[in-house]
Amino acid sequence: METSQVLRRIVWVSVPLILLLLAFGLIGISVGSSRLSMLDAAAALFRGGGEDSVVAGIVWRIRLPRVILGALVGSTLSLGGLVFQALLRNPLAEPYILGISGGSAVGAIIGILLGFSRIPGVCLMAFSGSMAVLAMVLFMGASGIRLKNDALLLSGVMINAFCSSIITFLISLSQDARIHNILFWLMGDLSLPDLSQAGVLLLIVLPCFLVIFRLSNVMNLLLMGKEAAQTMGVNTTRATLILLVSTSLMVSATVSYCGLLGFVGLVMPHLLRLVLGPDHRVLVPACVLGGGAYMILCDIFARVLPAQGEMPTGVITAMIGAPLFIYLLKRSRG
Amino acid sequence: MKTTPAIDARRLSCGYRGEPVLKDLSFAVNRGDFFILIGPNGSGKTTLMKSLAGILGATGDLKVLGRPVADYSRKALARHIAFVPQQLPVDFPFSVREVVLMGRAPHQGILGLETLADLAAADRVMAITDIAQLADRRLNCLSGGELQRVFIAKALCQEPEIILLDEPTAFLDLAHQIQVMDLLENLKEEKGITIIMVCHDLNLAAMYGDRLLLMRAGEILSMGTPNEVLTFPTLEAAYGCVLLTEKSPLGDFPRVTTIPGRLLPPLNLSGMRPTGPRRPRRS
Repeated sequence: METSQVLRRIVWVSVPLILLLLAFGLIGISVGSSRLSMLDAAAALFRGGGEDSVVAGIVWRIRLPRVILGALVGSTLSLGGLVFQALLRNPLAEPYILGISGGSAVGAIIGILLGFSRIPGVCLMAFSGSMAVLAMVLFMGASGIRLKNDALLLSGVMINAFCSSIITFLISLSQDARIHNILFWLMGDLSLPDLSQAGVLLLIVLPCFLVIFRLSNVMNLLLMGKEAAQTMGVNTTRATLILLVSTSLMVSATVSYCGLLGFVGLVMPHLLRLVLGPDHRVLVPACVLGGGAYMILCDIFARVLPAQGEMPTGVITAMIGAPLFIYLLKRSRG
Repeated sequence: MKTTPAIDARRLSCGYRGEPVLKDLSFAVNRGDFFILIGPNGSGKTTLMKSLAGILGATGDLKVLGRPVADYSRKALARHIAFVPQQLPVDFPFSVREVVLMGRAPHQGILGLETLADLAAADRVMAITDIAQLADRRLNCLSGGELQRVFIAKALCQEPEIILLDEPTAFLDLAHQIQVMDLLENLKEEKGITIIMVCHDLNLAAMYGDRLLLMRAGEILSMGTPNEVLTFPTLEAAYGCVLLTEKSPLGDFPRVTTIPGRLLPPLNLSGMRPTGPRRPRRS
């Protein structure tokens, strides 16, 4: 059997994206409050984490975890956007806009205030929050899984308003010293204590990536409509459920690590679809790699732009993503 | 084996939210037949198509190629029956070849990675349906007639014994209607594929159908050859309007002509149900 064209395309698309991801990663490790040359950063990286020097300390204990976390979060949110856009057949769908991220945040804050540890307590709370919102979104579109733009946006706005009022309510009730941290986390915070935490997050999101990739051809068939997909041999109910649950799981895991990063799920899926076409077998790996690179880039901006203290990365992603959203909304009405 | 009917339905019933749409239908479709469902709006034609396609669960006995439909997995059923819905979304700009290749899904593994055989099958059906020159065009740049042939090619790519079509000619002009019907007729003649379709145009049904099934209010009003079904009293009872039926000058089948302003007064709409939203006619 010849190698399939699709497989070849996946490789051709992945190789440059991996290089881009690595390049941005290296830049991400070398920039920050104390500037390192890229050579020094790379050298420190290759010498290993055990070395006892200032440079190695900065690279291995501060910068590398941050870059890895950024890549994982960017991958997850981009892929989440891609899945929701396909399942709802709506180009504006995205975890943050749908309110899924907001629901996770409510769950996560309740977990934090109850004093749970991040794994598994906060994560599970965030997951239940996201599933609750997902159930609400699907309930509102109960006539079918396709939501009209207006209904989708309105329900997202309302869910987000509801979630943020609950968050504010919870924060004002508590006399917690960690409030500043929580507020900062809410804006999208990529600082992470250490590498092992990034490893744990990887263990949660990687299986979700694989499950979604396995179902990428099913997502293509689902784009033809539920009934058409069924007559092409797809168990649509099961496939949709698996996709929704694994997407919610990975999104809520990233939310419980770094709060709300809005509109990330719009930028990469749309850009990649424009360049690569609508085949999800190619788009899923491309979104994972490209989304990671995009997030690292946003985080680099957040760190090099002059700020009092530090700028939350969510500020950058929203500043790029929100105008794109407005453009897409305008175009979908046109 | 050849004698078992393609579709054998006994006491088939189906309903939405407790309201029956199909009431105890029993009928059989022979292999290699051009079988056309006709009847007024809301009589249950589309519902019947969807239950035959396995999309809607129906009670009663439904045998496909001699085996109960419940014995098939979704994927196995898709290798025997292909369904061309009234409309398919074109808002995601797949290329024609990509869409046709989707028809290979029931024969492929989970990722749907295409083999040389799959590509050859796609090329073959695109040649049959005369869309080979469109292979790399995007779906959203095609005309209605071209789209319909793409969807038929996708169905053919499933290599089914039976193809179900829900009003494939609904939004096409005269020449394209004939083109699609001729294509289906050829598939029947040359590949022995059983064609089951819904059609609103009684004259097309008369010209191409081997057997017709006339439905009204979820029941079978009449079934048989065009000459048997398309008679004045039957059609009047089904549609509630006065019609002229005569022998067609083209061959041994009837020609039906509607007469303006001649609705029958007691047109009883209570037995009818509104159908789902339809695509508005292109202006």
